[in-house]
Amino acid sequence: MPTLTFTRHLQHLLPSGPLTVPGDTPRAALEQVLRDYPLLRSYLLDEHGGLRKHVALFIDGELRRDGMDQPVAATTKIDFMQALSGG
Amino acid sequence: MQNTILLGSRKGLLVYGERAGQWQLAQHHFSGAQVSALLADGARWWVALRDGHFGPKLHLSEDAGACWQEVAVPALPADGEKRPILDQIWTLAVGRDGVLWAGCIPAGLFRSGDAGRSWQLVEALWQRPERAQWFGGGFDDAGIHSILIDPRDPAQLVLGISCGGVWRTRDGGASWALHCQGLWAAYMPEEEKNTEAVQDPHRLAQCQSKPEVFWCQHHNGQFRSCDDLASWQELAPPAPLSSFGFAVAAHPHDPLSAWFAPAEVDQRRIPRDGDFYVLRTRDGGRTFDKLQLGLPAAPAFHLVYRHGLVVDAAGQRLAMASTTGSLWLGEAGGERWQRLSAELPPIYCLSFA
Repeated sequence: MPTLTFTRHLQHLLPSGPLTVPGDTPRAALEQVLRDYPLLRSYLLDEHGGLRKHVALFIDGELRRDGMDQPVAATTKIDFMQALSGG
Repeated sequence: MQNTILLGSRKGLLVYGERAGQWQLAQHHFSGAQVSALLADGARWWVALRDGHFGPKLHLSEDAGACWQEVAVPALPADGEKRPILDQIWTLAVGRDGVLWAGCIPAGLFRSGDAGRSWQLVEALWQRPERAQWFGGGFDDAGIHSILIDPRDPAQLVLGISCGGVWRTRDGGASWALHCQGLWAAYMPEEEKNTEAVQDPHRLAQCQSKPEVFWCQHHNGQFRSCDDLASWQELAPPAPLSSFGFAVAAHPHDPLSAWFAPAEVDQRRIPRDGDFYVLRTRDGGRTFDKLQLGLPAAPAFHLVYRHGLVVDAAGQRLAMASTTGSLWLGEAGGERWQRLSAELPPIYCLSFA
């Protein structure tokens, strides 16, 4: 199962530390997390389900803002970070 | 006496309170976040945040800031092939029926019957064909900055849209009509300057005791309507007084009195020659008083945004704050000003509570 890590700026919304959840894409894995932490949704996704413009998605350390629906392996590490743009 | 001032700043909500005649910073919430709108209804406070990374947010306190809960934000629907994304809640208003309204950028109007825990788009406005003519003023998209709820009937609302004109509903949002007769737009080609749906009212205000009287600080002039929005009359203060600005505050009881915070023309947006003052009329706009006792001497680069000037419920005390981080209290209808701080973040909006 992929492992998800979230920027510390969102720590008031979910527990600290990585979360390992089922999911074959970053979006599917994120949806698993959102089941338990629904308030997190609007912080990462806009009202149409798109990744917010100034949220950075890393897949195994590579910046992949276009990668929300890309297949990922069970060992993949996914990071949702705060971009330096948008501040 | 309203002895609390809420300030929506670039760095969070600042709450000033008066204790034994001294005004002090009493609370600071949402540190670091831009506050795009706020509303106080007794001890019930709403604060809208515009987070550059994580999107707009809305927080509610039922106890004057002691505790906060995050509530819902409006969601814009797909618009044909476009997917508009809410940039910010730009203004909030609540009627005596308890209905909460949010005016947003892009220019959606939303209604909440549960204090912001859920929102419904006002479809009848969103579907108006004139919306295709609207455009942004200072932002990429058009936005609703003024929601005036008729003191006699909470189903009657007047909206100000930059840039999309002045609109009114008499049936709680089911139908809408433009009310821009007399407004004109210097930023449009000559043949389009009177087009109602492209007017840029920067801010609207309504007299509470005589609600058929409205005031407008428009992109290129100050206007007043004394016939329940059938027409607008331009006030045209004599030069060198400025007709440009963002803010207007209406006297709650005297339909002849209002205050403006002018600046020099849209290309500069600073006080003309650094001369910072508040413009007041007490005769419906025939003459103006230039109020600046206690305000900083030239050169002063203060700019007051559209939600940065308010008057209290008695019409006696004003509060004003600037993009350069000063907060003033104006006593005796603005005859005397006292600066409470010159060290604040840029201020977007404020309210007495």
